[in-house]
Amino acid sequence: MALGRIWVFAEVLQGKPVPVALELLTKARSLGGTVEALVFSPEAEAAAADLGAHGAETVYAATDQAYVEVLLGGPAADAIAELVAEQQPDLILFGMTQDGRDVAGRLAAKLGVPVIANGLDVSADGDVAVETSIFGASLNVTTKFDGGKPAIAIFRPKSFAAEPSGGASAKVVPITTAVAEKHRSARVVDRVADVASGPKLEEAPVVISGGRGLGDPKNFELLEQLAQAIGNAAVGASRAVVDAGWVPYSMQVGQTGKTVKPSVYIACGISGAMQHTVGMKGAKAIVAINKDENAPIFKLADLGVVGDVLKIVPQLVEEVKARKG
Amino acid sequence: MKVVVCVKQIPDPNTTGQLDPQTHLLKRDGVEVVMDPGDEFGVEAGLKLVEAQGGEVTVVSMGPERGLDAVRKALAMGAAKGILISDDALRGSDALTTARVLAEAIKREGFDLVITATESTDGYTGVVPQAIAELLDVPAVTFAKSVECDGSTLKVQRQTEAGHDVVEASLPAVVSVTAGVNEPRYPSLKGIMGAKSKPLDRLSPSDLGLDGQGGASAGQSITAVQPAPERAAGEIVKDEGDAAKRVADFLASKKVI
Ligand SMILES: Cc1cc2nc3c(=O)[nH]c(=O)nc-3n(C[C@H](O)[C@H](O)[C@H](O)COP(=O)(O)OP(=O)(O)OC[C@H]3O[C@@H](n4cnc5c(N)ncnc54)[C@H](O)[C@@H]3O)c2cc1C
Ligand SMILES: Nc1ncnc2c1ncn2[C@@H]1O[C@H](COP(=O)(O)O)[C@@H](O)[C@H]1O
Repeated sequence: MALGRIWVFAEVLQGKPVPVALELLTKARSLGGTVEALVFSPEAEAAAADLGAHGAETVYAATDQAYVEVLLGGPAADAIAELVAEQQPDLILFGMTQDGRDVAGRLAAKLGVPVIANGLDVSADGDVAVETSIFGASLNVTTKFDGGKPAIAIFRPKSFAAEPSGGASAKVVPITTAVAEKHRSARVVDRVADVASGPKLEEAPVVISGGRGLGDPKNFELLEQLAQAIGNAAVGASRAVVDAGWVPYSMQVGQTGKTVKPSVYIACGISGAMQHTVGMKGAKAIVAINKDENAPIFKLADLGVVGDVLKIVPQLVEEVKARKG
Repeated sequence: MKVVVCVKQIPDPNTTGQLDPQTHLLKRDGVEVVMDPGDEFGVEAGLKLVEAQGGEVTVVSMGPERGLDAVRKALAMGAAKGILISDDALRGSDALTTARVLAEAIKREGFDLVITATESTDGYTGVVPQAIAELLDVPAVTFAKSVECDGSTLKVQRQTEAGHDVVEASLPAVVSVTAGVNEPRYPSLKGIMGAKSKPLDRLSPSDLGLDGQGGASAGQSITAVQPAPERAAGEIVKDEGDAAKRVADFLASKKVI
């Protein structure tokens, strides 16, 4: 079955599509069919060039400010459902972000069609099939859609590499569905960003992550120093220390946190539970420092150092500084 | 305030789950079924709210009969009532079917607030809460890392990629909570004893007017299962005082310093 229309739910932040939107557009192009984007943001127009350059022919855009003042899931699902009835897409791709999951989950229930979450890959030779990983990423499972149309699938960020198609700016078609009164009772009254300096975790070529082995929240300072010394490096964390309140959730790497694929990932005092490694095993190279020689993290490290992270990291900071002169 | 908490019964996450190679269904034989650790946060959040506002917590679960322990645990923690929906036909249900069954049970019970975890520990699809909310036609305030409620309005810190949003919503609503939102209590001995006399409804899909729902009607099917590709291990060295130098050499060889 050749696909007709493929839609990508594309979030836009500060006038730019988020990276996973461009990743999904790139993948969508390879599936054949017409690729289009869905944007709910007053800045949709500004994003049309980038979306077009990654393969979107059309951007269906809801630019009404009301969509950013309320929780997006309900009203966006309403608007997309209307558009689905009109345009009959075969497949809708979402990134596994908070809003992506909210919209996809509600949309599936509204349309009565299946949704597959946690996707890593998608194919469309014959049926549309999505690959996911389960049991802490120990098994990969391929699931095909055989319910009604459209098929709805949600993908982990970084499952695909974004590549420009060189396409022209996408044509912007307004979504005119108004936000229903009932959705206005769930309001976003404030948006709070955790302060972060340096490059973004998902984009930094070097990621240094800390776990419970650091022993104390203040020892994250050591990782910051190392990031500074290396330059262009970001600091991440395991869930154990996020749950303990040492560092904010925005730093969490893994199944329920961010997926990173840096050139080098340095795991400091992290045991290497599967739910952590699923978020970092795509790194080009992995260094692990752990005092337990049996720590599972060593199974995937290119360089594993059995030793005390509190001793080694400060030495490494000095060593890197000395080499960089 | 009437709070309904969804609790999923899952194979003990401390054992490695397996799929039957023929049926692609979860192998359940010999595997202990426990309450999803993520749902303990939901039960705790519900109990805290009714302790402050008055009212009751009902827990609802769809899953195997033999996993009743999860529901009993929630009752022992302090929930007033349990509902278990079991049926062979529900094996292998997808997220949508699960949401339909739970939503019907919740509607039948009545609710001001429905609490779920953001995602289950075995499946982590993380779309059941949103689908339930859509079917109940109420807001889904998801990824809550803190929940306050005065009985009519919900105030939630909703985790985002960058930090959090402060979201307010009027009841009725669905809220999904993250791990770490609170410190789940342990059932007391008195709680465990008391749980035995609390009401526990067993329902089938047909009790809910949902005949023919379930695995067989799921709009998706598993076609292949393979072990995930493993990364090859590299060199392991013991720190003899020269570890920092080795790591720096490695970083230099990867051209990041
Ligand atoms: C549904 C679900 C989702 C999850 N999602 C995630 C996720 O997204 N991300 C995530 O990270 N986890 C996740 N987890 C949790 C995961 O299973 C682990 O519990 C967690 O990753 C452990 O964190 P840790 O390695 O920091 O702590 P630990 O497992 O406690 O490991 C600490 C390590 O530090 C070492 N150490 C101690 N002292 C020193 C020292 N001085 N020097 C060197 N090494 C030292 C120890 O040997 C040990 O290996 C999830 C779990 C579940 C159930
Ligand atoms: N079978 C079920 N019974 C009760 N609650 C469930 C069930 N499946 C999912 N849930 C609830 O929905 C949350 C998200 O599940 P999921 O979307 O499957 O990852 C879970 O953490 C539970 O709180």
